[in-house]
Amino acid sequence: MRSITKRKPVEEVEQSLKGFEQVYILGCGTCATMTKTGGRDQVLEIKEYLESLEKTVTGWTVIPIACDEMTEVAMRENERPLRNAGCVLVMACALGVHRISTYTNNPVIPALDTLFIGLEEKPGHFREVCIQCGQCVLGETAGICPVTACNKGLLNGPCGGTNDGKCEVDKNKDCAWTLIYRRLKLQGRLDLMRKYHPPKNYQTAPRPKTVIISTSEENQDGSV
Amino acid sequence: MAVSKFKEALNSGKFLVTCEIGPPKGSDLTQMLHHVDLLKYRVDALNVTDHQSSVMRFPSLGGCLAVKERGGEPILQMTCRDRNRLALQADLMFAHTRGINNVLCLTGDSILVGDHKGAKGVFDLDSVQLLRTVRQMEAGKDMAGNDLEGAVGFCAGAVVTPEATPIEPQMIKFEKKVEAGAEFFQTQAVYDLDKFAKFMEYARQFPVKVLAGMVLLTSVGMAKFLNANIPGIVVPQELIDELANAGRGRALHKGIEIAGRMIAALKKDSICDGVHIMAIGKEEVVPEILAKAGL
Ligand code: SF4
Ligand code: SF4
Repeated sequence: MRSITKRKPVEEVEQSLKGFEQVYILGCGTCATMTKTGGRDQVLEIKEYLESLEKTVTGWTVIPIACDEMTEVAMRENERPLRNAGCVLVMACALGVHRISTYTNNPVIPALDTLFIGLEEKPGHFREVCIQCGQCVLGETAGICPVTACNKGLLNGPCGGTNDGKCEVDKNKDCAWTLIYRRLKLQGRLDLMRKYHPPKNYQTAPRPKTVIISTSEENQDGSV
Repeated sequence: MAVSKFKEALNSGKFLVTCEIGPPKGSDLTQMLHHVDLLKYRVDALNVTDHQSSVMRFPSLGGCLAVKERGGEPILQMTCRDRNRLALQADLMFAHTRGINNVLCLTGDSILVGDHKGAKGVFDLDSVQLLRTVRQMEAGKDMAGNDLEGAVGFCAGAVVTPEATPIEPQMIKFEKKVEAGAEFFQTQAVYDLDKFAKFMEYARQFPVKVLAGMVLLTSVGMAKFLNANIPGIVVPQELIDELANAGRGRALHKGIEIAGRMIAALKKDSICDGVHIMAIGKEEVVPEILAKAGL
């Protein structure tokens, strides 16, 4: 899994840190390092920026996997500088922000915007492929997700805005339904495109979604 | 159940004319009402657009009521962009009770092409699902399967883009719309009548009426803009040249002539069942187009 983030504008970070003179910075060694948004270099860069604003950075660390429960260990090891700071500035995706805020009572402030869960297609190119809708249709759409890749999340074929295989919202973006059509045709499964898809159930797992996976013997089928 | 005058016209076998009315941005309806009065007895029905191009405007429902009150026959354009399934069903019931008997089911443009770019695009349903919803509500049930106290009744239509490339996905969707209960189609603008005639050979297999979309060309720049920016519209170079050669200040006049000529040709060769004129702000000249077409 890749959680794709982008850096918030520094003005926004500065605004959120108003009133906090001591700051501790946490980065993430996994996704945010790969996207160059919360790795060592970016942490040091923002540290310098905060110092230029005359704030004190009581310490910083790049947690190997910020969303992992081992984060608690890393935070315990840095307990003192964390406690000395008025807040924690987190340069990880929102999962990391959530994880970190369970281990501190200090205000936790995100320095990144979490954009999507995606794949790296080639170095530096990330694409959103799934919005975790809870009712996967990939088996009928040749492995291309219309809920995610189509700007309107259409289930029954392309809208009238499709143009030479491109999407109406962006001439450089492929129309998901043209891609689905081409691949289904290649597979000799165009009948799947002719099939009517009823309206989606947007409440398959009402928000906030939770899943409990039994670790006991009885539930080995993975049912939840 | 109230009978749609437009449906009667569809079944009459005559060559049909519908025209598009764009509600204003704001509450001053003067110009819209002027267009309604100008056209209400000249065409078989008036479509009222629904936040066209995702630009926030006076609502389609309000525009349709105005058409109805003034004696015209409205077609309610309904997109899936701004309302979830509860709101869409509610509006269908409301429209029905107020004598709006025709609905055009559309997906709707992306929020991103409009003037409220940060808005949430709803798209809870798509056009095919909306058509089926209309039919289900006519059968006295809501989408959840509950009984309605009083059903609705509509002459329901949809759109198709005959010049899309590739065309096969459009055809598949067209057929899904037919299966979902579309009775008529108003097409995206067509300018290449030979190509359109080919599309009609295909469309004729289905028990639906097709009205060819006719966007009035007003200038060379506008024609080029359509080609560059509007998916599925191809204005051939010959027509652009014709506009260019019309001389200073004569492009609109030429555009009217072209539209009239094309409508006449479609009618003469019975290529389709009618035309849907989109004059985009130049509704004044629609009577002239009709006159040029001999209608
Ligand atoms: S249909 Fe799309 S969004 Fe839903 S689970 Fe499958 S890939 Fe994800
Ligand atoms: S052009 Fe294709 S991808 Fe874009 S909104 Fe329409 S159907 Fe979806």
